[in-house]
Amino acid sequence: MIHSLFLINCSGDIFLEKHWKSVVSQSVCDYFFEAQEKAADVENVPPVISTPHHYLISIYRDKLFFVSVIQTEVPPLFVIEFLHRVADTFQDYFGECSEAAIKDNVVIVYELLEEMLDNGFPLATESNILKELIKPPTILRSVVNSITGSSNVGDTLPTGQLSNIPWRRAGVKYTNNEAYFDVVEEIDAIIDKSGSTVFAEIQGVIDACIKLSGMPDLSLSFMNPRLLDDVSFHPCIRFKRWESERVLSFIPPDGNFRLISYRVSSQNLVAIPVYVKHCISFKENSACGRFDITIGPKQNMGKTIEGITVTVHMPKVVLNMNLTPTQGSYTFDPVTKKVLTWDVGKITPQKLPSLKGLVNLQSGAPKPEENPSLNIQFKIQQLAISGLKVNRLDMYGEKYKPFKGVKYVTKAGKFQVRT
Amino acid sequence: MSAAPAYSEDKGGAGGPGEPEYGHDPASGGIFSSDYKRHDDLKEMLDTNKDSLKLEAMKRIVAMIARGKNASDLFPAVVKNVACKNIEDPNQLIRASALRVLSSIRVPIIVPIMMLAIKEAASDMSPYVRKTAAHAIPKLYSLDSDQKDQLIEVIEKLLADKTTLVAGSVVMAFEEVCPERIDLIHKNYRKLCNLLIDVEEWGQVVIISMLTRYARTQFLSPNQNESLLEENPEKAFYGSEEDEVKGPGPEEAAATALPARKPYVMDPDHRLLLRNTKPLLQSRSAAVVMAVAQLYFHLAPKAEVGVIAKALVRLLRSHSEVQYVVLQNVATMSIKRRGMFEPYLKSFYIRSTDPTQIKILKLEVLTNLANETNIPTVLREFQTYIRSMDKDFVAATIQAIGRCATNIGRVRDTCLNGLVQLLSNRDELVVAESVVVIKKLLQMQPAQHGEIIKHLAKLTDNIQVPMARASILWLIGEYCEHVPRIAPDVLRKMAKSFTAEEDIVKLQVINLAAKLYLTNSKQTKLLTQYVLSLAKYDQNYDIRDRARFTRQLIVPSEQGGALSRHAKKLFLAPKPAPVLESSFKDRDHFQLGSLSHLLNAKATGYQELPDWPEEAPDPSVRNVEVPEWTKCSNREKRKEKEKPFYSDSEGESGPTESADSNPESDSESDSKSSSESSSGDSSSESDDEDEEKGRSSESEQSEEEGKRKKMKKRKTVAEGHREGSSSDEGSDSSSSSSESEVTSESEEEQVESTSWRRKTPPSSKSAPAAKEISLLDLEDFTPPSVQAVSPPTIVSTSLATDLEGLTLTDSSLVPSLLSPVPGVGRQELLHRVAGEGLAVEYAFSRQPFPGDPHMVSVHIHFSNSSENPIKGLRVGTPKLPAGISIQEFPEIESLAPGESTTAVMGINFCDSTQAANFQLCTQTRQFYVCIQPPVGELMAPVFMSENEFKKEQGKLTGMNEITEKLTLPDTCRNDHIVVQKVTTTANLGRVPCGTSDEYRFAGRTLTSGSLVLLTLDARPAGAAQLTVNSEKMVIGTMLVKDVVQALTQ
Repeated sequence: MIHSLFLINCSGDIFLEKHWKSVVSQSVCDYFFEAQEKAADVENVPPVISTPHHYLISIYRDKLFFVSVIQTEVPPLFVIEFLHRVADTFQDYFGECSEAAIKDNVVIVYELLEEMLDNGFPLATESNILKELIKPPTILRSVVNSITGSSNVGDTLPTGQLSNIPWRRAGVKYTNNEAYFDVVEEIDAIIDKSGSTVFAEIQGVIDACIKLSGMPDLSLSFMNPRLLDDVSFHPCIRFKRWESERVLSFIPPDGNFRLISYRVSSQNLVAIPVYVKHCISFKENSACGRFDITIGPKQNMGKTIEGITVTVHMPKVVLNMNLTPTQGSYTFDPVTKKVLTWDVGKITPQKLPSLKGLVNLQSGAPKPEENPSLNIQFKIQQLAISGLKVNRLDMYGEKYKPFKGVKYVTKAGKFQVRT
Repeated sequence: MSAAPAYSEDKGGAGGPGEPEYGHDPASGGIFSSDYKRHDDLKEMLDTNKDSLKLEAMKRIVAMIARGKNASDLFPAVVKNVACKNIEDPNQLIRASALRVLSSIRVPIIVPIMMLAIKEAASDMSPYVRKTAAHAIPKLYSLDSDQKDQLIEVIEKLLADKTTLVAGSVVMAFEEVCPERIDLIHKNYRKLCNLLIDVEEWGQVVIISMLTRYARTQFLSPNQNESLLEENPEKAFYGSEEDEVKGPGPEEAAATALPARKPYVMDPDHRLLLRNTKPLLQSRSAAVVMAVAQLYFHLAPKAEVGVIAKALVRLLRSHSEVQYVVLQNVATMSIKRRGMFEPYLKSFYIRSTDPTQIKILKLEVLTNLANETNIPTVLREFQTYIRSMDKDFVAATIQAIGRCATNIGRVRDTCLNGLVQLLSNRDELVVAESVVVIKKLLQMQPAQHGEIIKHLAKLTDNIQVPMARASILWLIGEYCEHVPRIAPDVLRKMAKSFTAEEDIVKLQVINLAAKLYLTNSKQTKLLTQYVLSLAKYDQNYDIRDRARFTRQLIVPSEQGGALSRHAKKLFLAPKPAPVLESSFKDRDHFQLGSLSHLLNAKATGYQELPDWPEEAPDPSVRNVEVPEWTKCSNREKRKEKEKPFYSDSEGESGPTESADSNPESDSESDSKSSSESSSGDSSSESDDEDEEKGRSSESEQSEEEGKRKKMKKRKTVAEGHREGSSSDEGSDSSSSSSESEVTSESEEEQVESTSWRRKTPPSSKSAPAAKEISLLDLEDFTPPSVQAVSPPTIVSTSLATDLEGLTLTDSSLVPSLLSPVPGVGRQELLHRVAGEGLAVEYAFSRQPFPGDPHMVSVHIHFSNSSENPIKGLRVGTPKLPAGISIQEFPEIESLAPGESTTAVMGINFCDSTQAANFQLCTQTRQFYVCIQPPVGELMAPVFMSENEFKKEQGKLTGMNEITEKLTLPDTCRNDHIVVQKVTTTANLGRVPCGTSDEYRFAGRTLTSGSLVLLTLDARPAGAAQLTVNSEKMVIGTMLVKDVVQALTQ
């Protein structure tokens, strides 16, 4: 299946390669570079490239390209999913998935890749099993290793691989047993010029941080489970229980993981918490334009909206912007990407934050036809905008009493205002 | 790898273990001196009795091999230890590791050893070792394909394995070694289906993909009688999703044409596969979801395929690479099964931040999904895209509009006009693309588009883009009969500017001249000769050649003549209209989700997806001798099903393993099985029943076949009829439009548009206001019967306003405040006649009024249909009831004839429905007008949770609660419609709530801020109860009345 993997950084250096079958020459990446050049933008490099003897399937994550070499028919998503899993694992092990982190831990990286694929077919991809096989680096361990010459390879046998709950390692012990859940909801929306909602949808996830000893069997229930329109589950969840009782019943992996992600049906009208008044205009042949936006809270829900950031990709002809924010600070990158970022902070309803001023255009160039869209980020603590509420968490199979906690937060997802 | 020589060398020097031996190997000796010691260590480690050291050594060796280092000198040590000792190690992990190392050595010499080891491992007690054996099979196969037969034996054995751990790996081996041996699957089919949910994700993908192929060879097509299912009123049997599948496709017509076959009954095994894969649509892995989606697409009855849409749409939130692949597949699916994705149309809307490749795929899907009903929405969305900064994307949008126009006759004219408008775009790419698409559209029905060709002809004065000029000239030449008066004039102009034109334009001028000469030689003979003479001395030899060639063809000369007799045929041969169709059409002959599908080319190793068999092969081949499946008691079945998930698998019974296995987990599984058994029992029982029911009702359905077939036939006839009539209408309207003379400039067009507006009956004004600039805005599209009156004029209205929109963006100062929420109708404030040409309408925008939160913001729309400008428009001294106050709109200095504008004013109605009376003054006149708000506009939505709602509701009982019983009509039983009707009537916010039959809405009145809580409790049969809780009893009572009216209408 997956023949080889090349890691390539933004400047086009192949800084790591791994072959699971025979060695494929680096020159195969030339096809990739060619496609990259053609695409102009990193985002537009096609994920699947066909070359005379191979197929290249690549992902772009954290400024790195993971380019895999395939020789025969395989579902592209299979490979893409795996590559993302590799990147997730690096992130998990090294705290970041960057060229520096990978180079610093090159031995562990090779060990991981070796365990994750066997002859090109995925073998151990669950973080709990991998951590049994290969210990994540810590400062102490790397010091000890360099003195004693031992490696990070685990010295106990990875029994997790044998079990039928491969996501959980055996013999977990904690002095403080805790189970925390974060309900994070993101509002995806397209708001049109006139302020009406073209499209809005809530995408939610429940991330768990479980530090429980032994083999706990948890069940999590909701006050209003019917809100969840479409759910995808971590493999640990018993699907039948959900189907029949709408209860999430599972033996959790150890540590941090994503329990479910869900979508709240767009049939329920989504409450949009902010509105934007905007007036962006460019005058014909006058080399300047006006820019004026104001943000206000829309629904009175008694929670403050914070962490507001507005990002605008201005048209190419914009040379500079002279703006005055009533609140927060703004930056404009006039050279490369022409991105305006306004870091607003919190909204206080008494004084709505606004950003006004002039836009300098390249003289002589025709005025832009389209006004740029505004991308908005915000955050509301202690609120799940869909109204989803966890009812209770029960634990079976173990005798101790765990600490339990649920946190709610609502954020803007892909939230775009057309102007 | 050069392991073989190293091995023999080692053998030669086997006498002395230690330094001298290494000395013989110069290749590695010089460079990797440190490796020697390492290797020495490793050998020692391999020879010890300690498991952990052995394991460690093995791992290091594998790591070395992986890094491409030469580990060949370790070869004998490994093989000795592995083959002789570790393969028999008591610890299963060591056995597995040993096999893995052994099989990773790519040296032909060890093939026999490997074969032996694999065979042994395949019957190992530990499933983990058996899994490793399965992994080793493809490795050995790639090393020596002659071993195929022996390997197939091993595969056959492992396929019979009952553990989830092995299933994925062995199917993988099967796919690599012998995908054609479908017969090996028969006996294991049911087991694989049942294990599937507990197999790890990667294995699931492989198994599902294999089973898709298997099912295609073993079962009958579930859609052979699909037309029957389609029209079946009792289709509720299949669940709710099939509602989404509608619109008879061409396949069904074919199906009805076939002679009646014997009734189709789905094989229970086929059903089993569909049922067991469905839960995996909720997997976190995109690859698994896609695998199930393709399985459903290829195998499920048409009515059931809909379930996959939701899951696929969910994947669109994932990484952009995942989006890319999913969208490619959705694009293919949406051609065959459009109805499935229609409810998710909006999920494919494009954001400016999407990468271009994603944008273009989304556009493809949107185009495929466009149909008669949603085309207005789709085109409005396209209209936003046309102004994007991403020009490649704009070009693709233009193409998409062209495709919509060809597919949906109703909007062809609108699209065409929109595209004509784009010809004045600044961007060359946009213009070129528009011209190309217009050309294609016009070729489809040139007779009806004389005026567009005229319009294009006019554009030659302005458009400088050579490509566009050339295309226009080609069009005029091609359809010169339709523009007999204009064509020669264009030629005249072009002749004048000939020398200054670009080469491609010159070629087309010659072309045009030739065609005109043939059709209208009287007027154009001289012109043609002039052009040809100019061309004769052109600098470009292509043009000189063309001129010479053309002259010979069209002008009869002494010698030739044979050709010139046929010149007309040569130049004016009817040319077939190009077909605009999706590039994803027919891509579904590749298995979806595959690499080949993505590339639209057969990839190496792609297994063709077979066609359904005509006759079903013998289903008994899947029966397993041990009656564990068909006859087993529920208890046993449960065991089979549940075991892999909750307990250690059965293979692990060896005495050594028990030491490894976790005692905790053992006790766990015990307690679990007891607690789980009851629920497991009942669920599997009900499964069986379901199956029974399914089968019986299926056969019932087929009995009614004949009857329904008749119905269906009648329906198609009716449809055909309708189609005919609608196309008649289309041609009628366009011919009427072509009668009207189009010598007018755009100004005149505007006048025309306003005059049309004058003619519209007042009733149509209550329709949602279409005020926004609208290149392709179809909001004012009404059902065909009404539309037939004058669609072309509608188009020109929108064109005129579009011009405004494209060039005068600055004029709209606060756009966010200037357009009413769709759905809230516009009311008349002053009729055009009473206002002496000034028509005023108002609408409630439902946006917070800046400055005063207690005010309702009202959009006032003025349009001047008189001959003279109206000056000094403002609000005069209002005479207001107590409490009501008005925030006037800023004075409008002047409104030119034919123009319209919008202003915002705020009114504080003081929570009452009393009318606000005031005067509208112009410089010369005063008009008395009044605005009376519907009660629903006196409030603003509040966001609250279900609990808060209930708490607040508890406080507002007794006098403050108004209840009304009503019966919801059939049209109004769907969630979406109910919510929409309520929110249109009253400006309330939806409160999320858990139960599906209850709807809650909350708001506060604007002035006093009192809560208004609305609850609608809908019972299944349509009976419903509406409750409003509010301190303001008057408002409550009126609101109940309004909502009941809206819901029961």
